[in-house]
Amino acid sequence: MSKDAILASIRRGLKRGPLPADQRAMLDGRLATHPRHLIPARSRVPRPEQVALFIRNVEKEFGSVDRVADAAEIPGAVAEYLAAQNLEPRFVMAPNPDLQALPWADKPLLAFEARRAEATDTVSVQHGYAAIAETGTLMLPSDPARPTTLNLLAETEIVILRTSRIVGAYEEAWDTLRRERTDPVTGGFMPRNVMLVTGPSRSADIEQTLELGAHGPRRLHIILLDDDPAALPAA
Amino acid sequence: MVQITSPAFKQNAARALADAGLQKALGKAKGAFLQRRAEAVSRLPEFEQLRDIGRDIKNHTLANLDFYLETYAANVERAGGTVHWCSTADEARAAVLEICRRAGAKTVTKGKSMISEEISINDHLEKHGITPVETDLGEYIIQLRHEHPSHIIAPAFHLNREDWEADFRRMHTDLDPNRVFNERRDILAEARTKLRSRFLAADVGITGANFLIAETGSSVIVTNEGNGDLTQTLPRVHIALASIEKVVPTLEDATSLLRLLARSATGQDFSVYTTFSTGARRPADLDGPEEYHVVLIDNGRSNMIGSEFQEMLRCIRCAACMNHCPVYGATGGHAYGWVYPGPMGSVLTPSLVGIDKAGHLPNASTFCGKCESVCPVKIPLPSLMRHWREREFERHLTPAAVRWNLGLWAWFAKRPTMYRLATRAGIGALSLLARGKGAFRSMPFAGGWTKGRDLPAPERGGTFMARYAKMQRGR
Repeated sequence: MSKDAILASIRRGLKRGPLPADQRAMLDGRLATHPRHLIPARSRVPRPEQVALFIRNVEKEFGSVDRVADAAEIPGAVAEYLAAQNLEPRFVMAPNPDLQALPWADKPLLAFEARRAEATDTVSVQHGYAAIAETGTLMLPSDPARPTTLNLLAETEIVILRTSRIVGAYEEAWDTLRRERTDPVTGGFMPRNVMLVTGPSRSADIEQTLELGAHGPRRLHIILLDDDPAALPAA
Repeated sequence: MVQITSPAFKQNAARALADAGLQKALGKAKGAFLQRRAEAVSRLPEFEQLRDIGRDIKNHTLANLDFYLETYAANVERAGGTVHWCSTADEARAAVLEICRRAGAKTVTKGKSMISEEISINDHLEKHGITPVETDLGEYIIQLRHEHPSHIIAPAFHLNREDWEADFRRMHTDLDPNRVFNERRDILAEARTKLRSRFLAADVGITGANFLIAETGSSVIVTNEGNGDLTQTLPRVHIALASIEKVVPTLEDATSLLRLLARSATGQDFSVYTTFSTGARRPADLDGPEEYHVVLIDNGRSNMIGSEFQEMLRCIRCAACMNHCPVYGATGGHAYGWVYPGPMGSVLTPSLVGIDKAGHLPNASTFCGKCESVCPVKIPLPSLMRHWREREFERHLTPAAVRWNLGLWAWFAKRPTMYRLATRAGIGALSLLARGKGAFRSMPFAGGWTKGRDLPAPERGGTFMARYAKMQRGR
């Protein structure tokens, strides 16, 4: 079998047989403790500065951010953004209880369905799981309430994110996922898919010149709900 | 297999240097990569420390590669995926075809993958009645042109905007032939529209993998366009093609390497989409593939372990080495004659296809060392090319004239007195011939060298050793 042939060839190169039990135990220990390496200093700052760093990085990567103080303002913020972009007030939304609980009835002109995205959808509203200030990156793990297609098929993606879910470095976001999620199939924490998204889709394949709007969303807009008093900018 | 034209490197290179379109494209593209990388590195003060960390993570993994591959495969299977272990390109092609056949596939979308070039999967699928569709913008036009990528992260590096417009007019015949492409954006928009229906119709999606993670059994892809994600999300079956050295132990290890990858490659702080796939759709999920396969390919890599070329297996395919290489910058990627161009290709290609076919490649280097100085995992590329030159010499593959001259030089080099006498005589003769002109326009036996530049005449004052001795006496 090729598996045995490949492993045998590797071991021949390493001039040893299968690892002895004590060394396997050591490597299993490394996997279980998954030690962190150097974390860049740029995200090791107080909470308000972390949030500001996140926003700055999203904007550097051609995304946009709107900040609201109360969840009740979110439907209005969505309606305003769509109007400002001259887009129809119609979207597909993640079937997420937090999003569904928002007072959408306040904005009766907004039409939406909670489901996965289809090719005909032009705007999606997604639930932000966590975000990484270091590079302005969203973490979007797949889930029945957070379908992957919402990140891909619409030309405009709006992500609703709580400031309490912004962390400094990727490693902290991985630990959040490890702590909070249990997978129904593996019993581990990884869902089928985790997307780390930094700005809207782009390509530089034509003469190495950057153009936005390749196959994924052309616009990425984040509505940030200030739910973390410690993260508010100093008055 | 992709046809190997590496033995004709010299002719390929001469043709490339005379190709005005290619030279225009190279001239435009080269500077952009260098500047963007330099800026990204300057924004991260810890970059140099991260290079050491990246090297150490890869070295640790390679020293325990059997363990991490077995752990990885067990975790893929726990998540409901299947791992197909393949020793050769033939086995990998057969495995992919079998999965596609069982899925009843008519069309297959593809994300960008260099290993898929290495095993020529497109030709194989086509031969068996399955249509592969490249979806990365650069790969898409390469497929329309029936070419191969000329760069590992920018496949259409060798093309100009005019080429794109002409090819799109030629191939997209259902569109208005008089349409105007005002901007690059219009070309991009046309490709987006054309490919959208392909994404939706495909039965199988094939991607590569930038990393495999043993801890979780995940495959990772890194893209800017989102095509790889559409490829692995919409069809019923996802196949990830990956070579064995892509595995790393944990998410933390992958994260440290990801901090190096985008900065070294495109000069971004992070790519737009970095996606971790672990198994197939979960019972309550609303989207995602129903089957998840990993085709795990050796194709000669395990033989590099324990050899002087083991360090090459640290490569994370960022392309910084070719972006900074004066030889790549002059000839482009096609001259190298196989899948992997530039300095990393000059080390890897002989390992995978044989030094008998790829002997020119490790010689196509000025040894300026820039590649090693920018490599995010500190692969000593010039030393590894030197090892290949030695192997080539040992196996008597070096041309007779070169061997004879090297032998002659070695005879003198081992006899310092003779060496000094000979160089003194040579310099004297050249000074005399130059008669104060300062340079020779041509020189017998060195026509190839003087065709592109003048040979400077030796300065008055004798050999280096003579002048050094004189200086010492003067102290």
